[in-house]
Amino acid sequence: MSIIKQHEIHTRRYGRNVGVGLLLAGFIVIIFGLTVVKVTRGDYEPPLGEASE
Amino acid sequence: MSDASADSASLAPEASFGDFFALLKPRVMTLVVFTALVGLLAAPNPVHPMIAFASILFIAIGGGASGALNMWWDADIDAVMKRTQKRPIPAGKVTEGEALGFGLALSGLSTVMLGLASNWVAGSLLGFTIFFYVVIYTMWLKRWTPQNIVIGGAAGAFPPMIGWAVATGGISIESVLMFCLTFMWTPPHFWALALFMRKDYDHAGVPMLTVTHGRRSTRIHIFVYTILLAILALGAGVTSIGGPVYMAIAIVLNMMFVKGAWDILNRDEEMSEVDNFKVERNFFKLSLLYLFLHFGAILIEAIMQRFGMGGW
Repeated sequence: MSIIKQHEIHTRRYGRNVGVGLLLAGFIVIIFGLTVVKVTRGDYEPPLGEASE
Repeated sequence: MSDASADSASLAPEASFGDFFALLKPRVMTLVVFTALVGLLAAPNPVHPMIAFASILFIAIGGGASGALNMWWDADIDAVMKRTQKRPIPAGKVTEGEALGFGLALSGLSTVMLGLASNWVAGSLLGFTIFFYVVIYTMWLKRWTPQNIVIGGAAGAFPPMIGWAVATGGISIESVLMFCLTFMWTPPHFWALALFMRKDYDHAGVPMLTVTHGRRSTRIHIFVYTILLAILALGAGVTSIGGPVYMAIAIVLNMMFVKGAWDILNRDEEMSEVDNFKVERNFFKLSLLYLFLHFGAILIEAIMQRFGMGGW
């Protein structure tokens, strides 16, 4: 058992930090997924003329 | 003052994760997600599941952001109305500044991300929707005119158009029809609420129709708008978003809805007081089902058409 007494606000703050952390992780997954889809679909292929230069 | 009391005083107002989530008006967000999803799936162009998922998520975040900005601006009247007193700002859980920053950050993020994930027509429509809801409705119309609900309803009607734009990159008659359905549905839905939550709006000084034109006039308005809505909803059934399934559902629902509006029209305040606004409350509940089932029917028709069925 911890010798430091846990205040209710620490629990709340911990919950908020975990929530923000999970959201950021989810955001990264979404950006990664979107990038994979867009790159594999060829959304970012340069026009043929530019590609051959 | 002891250390312990100083700690309690300085630590008390810190918001939890749930308080910030409540700023996004989760219940309104479910309607936004559902109608946007129907708009996206009803469109003729298929969308990659990952892009569809991300787009719906960013539309939901944009809708939530406008809710947070609405709560920031309306914190004074939310504190007066019983229905809204427990919202994070009047309850003292989130400061007005936090709500403003949160709303602005999410507005920018959702608009830019939707534009990048799908296309800039959809992104621009989402940006305009947030602007319309926050500036045109919340800041301008809501406290100025009893027609606030009528014009402000447009903000809630945009999501299916945004969903459609995600898939097609544009606007068409079908997406405008879905917009009109929600647009015409909003006034009777909110006026029924205003009839049985009357003291709230009186106390807050919001110029709802019940306050400015009286309750009799509100009942007449509900009936007229319901008739117009029924014509529109049934008319949409013969267009490309409709079909036999939609039409069957629309006929039943609109008959029930018109009957409810007719009952409201034929009641006076004394009758309503006796049964604690039972008819008005039932009409409000039916209105939620009404919109959900109409969009559900559009979705069914769209799915059936993918399999060579549905439509006319």
